[in-house]
Amino acid sequence: MLDTGAGPSLGSPMTSFVRKDVASNTAAEARREADEPHSPVVRFGTGAPLRLDAGVELNHLQIGYQTYGEPNAAGTNAVLVCHALTGDQHAASLNPVTGKPGWWETMVGPGRPIDTERFFVICANVLGGCMGTTGPASTNPETGRPYGLDMPLVTIRDMVNAQAMLLDHLGIEKLLCVAGGSMGGMQVLQWAASYPERVFSAMPIATGARHSAQNIAFHEVGRQAVMADPDWRGGRYLAEGVTPHRGLAVARMAAHITYMSDQSLHNKFGRRLQNREMPTFGFDADFQVESYLRHQGESFVQRFDPNSYLYVTRAMDYFDLAADYGGVLANAFRGSKTRFCVASFTSDWLFPTEDSRAIVHALNASGASVSFTEIESDKGHDAFLLEEPQLFAIARGFLDSAARALGLPTGRSA
Amino acid sequence: MSIAVRQPVLDESAVRDQGGRVDLVVVAEMVAPGSRVLDVGSGDGALLELLATTRNCDARGIELSREGVNAGVARGLAIIQGDADVDLAHYPDDAFDYVILSQTLQATRRPRWVLEQMLRIGRRAVVSFPNFGHWRSRLDLMVNGRMPVTDNMPIAWYETPNIHFCTIRDFVALVELLDARIEKAVALDSSGHRVRVNMPWWVWNLLGEQAVFLLTRER
Repeated sequence: MLDTGAGPSLGSPMTSFVRKDVASNTAAEARREADEPHSPVVRFGTGAPLRLDAGVELNHLQIGYQTYGEPNAAGTNAVLVCHALTGDQHAASLNPVTGKPGWWETMVGPGRPIDTERFFVICANVLGGCMGTTGPASTNPETGRPYGLDMPLVTIRDMVNAQAMLLDHLGIEKLLCVAGGSMGGMQVLQWAASYPERVFSAMPIATGARHSAQNIAFHEVGRQAVMADPDWRGGRYLAEGVTPHRGLAVARMAAHITYMSDQSLHNKFGRRLQNREMPTFGFDADFQVESYLRHQGESFVQRFDPNSYLYVTRAMDYFDLAADYGGVLANAFRGSKTRFCVASFTSDWLFPTEDSRAIVHALNASGASVSFTEIESDKGHDAFLLEEPQLFAIARGFLDSAARALGLPTGRSA
Repeated sequence: MSIAVRQPVLDESAVRDQGGRVDLVVVAEMVAPGSRVLDVGSGDGALLELLATTRNCDARGIELSREGVNAGVARGLAIIQGDADVDLAHYPDDAFDYVILSQTLQATRRPRWVLEQMLRIGRRAVVSFPNFGHWRSRLDLMVNGRMPVTDNMPIAWYETPNIHFCTIRDFVALVELLDARIEKAVALDSSGHRVRVNMPWWVWNLLGEQAVFLLTRER
């Protein structure tokens, strides 16, 4: 530091973790997925528009989805898995962009709680996403250019209505279970409210019936980071051949902190330094936690469309299930015969247990059958994606009981 | 937490011979088949399972301990983690045919409020509790001058979660205070046999180690 006297070193933020050639390949791959995914895809023509909450109709709806297992003859073994903010349809299969395992392979697979040997599991990329379902990165067939900000805003209910169209297309009348965590859990609740007769059981995990002010605030920080990047270009970056990757990386870094707990960050990194003995007296990533967050940001921008991030975070912000039912959440589930299993985690401060308890109280008030447990974990919100034996035991017991009630075969024991 | 009756059967003598929970059988027998039931303080779900399998009930539970809830939900039972002293307020009137409080009354902070809530939520309430008026408790107090520690009340006073012990007579007085009606009452002696029905209250209060009451709201 003595030799230059030019102020603190800035290091090389956001570029030091992914090789340039690999990064651009991944980004190109991700870009292709938006229109031509590696998964099955269904394209609805102009004859089957999706009526959006924004008050407009979306023509040319396309849905990228993935299925696991086989449907049974009676059509009673279908399980819909709903993904979270930055997830996709590859719940239990290799991700074609990142080459990583599916995001919920701990929960979904042969002999897993959502057992693909017995159940027919469907997972669709959400509306507004960037992995094959219509979103701002998709090409608008009417103009031949990406939608960008011409894409109408979408809601959780729009996502669920799109999934219902997919199920109709697949010939699935009823679902044994709808399951998901975080934003996936919001979709689960919306499914139970919008289509109670199609949902035999529902498993909303680490979620809430509305997005809190604090959560909206975090999302706004993320969106502002994206939009403040000069390469965002008013949302037209795809047409102009650039990407606001710095803004999106910052958004991801901030969000990632909310997915973990103080304890889990401490356990993982403490105050340990990154490949050095001493602080550099600069703004390079001295601490391991900084290095980790930069890596999270950097790898995220390779696979996720920045506008898509704006749209999907907005959908979560707008979610307030009770508001659609006269302000009384219980009315959303009035007369419901769906069985519910609600779970939260002790260290989740993004969707704290009180949010789950509010859902449970509403379900009690509506007379619905509900199980609820708060699982002890120090892993924060992300716990629902991680190795949590208690969660698996509960999910397995709940699903097996639902399957028994429909006369389905029982699985191998845990 | 209770040890489940090994095979869910409604047979008092068989359960007694296996060393199981006779009181659970007595409770289950008070519940009409096919009813909607809420078990408050459901432990690991032994009673819920008994009601579901032998009485064909739509049986749901509330349990304070996370371990109890997780064990029950993993067995496919509908149990929520919650506190009877708080969470009963969220259930609507007449939501259930029966609300059961099995060996839990003495552990609630507000037994009167809990009982009122039960009679609001359910058409009927079933309450079982250890009788502090049992002769052995009285003997402990009288002879040793100590709080009784028995098989039924195994924890010392300074550690027990049971903060509101009562006798059978105390409970009957509370029921009268709440304008509820006693439809059935059973007292079990220390060997798990029923105290004879035609005995007066003071005999029940002396010989009954546990009591089970079926209550209705209208007098």
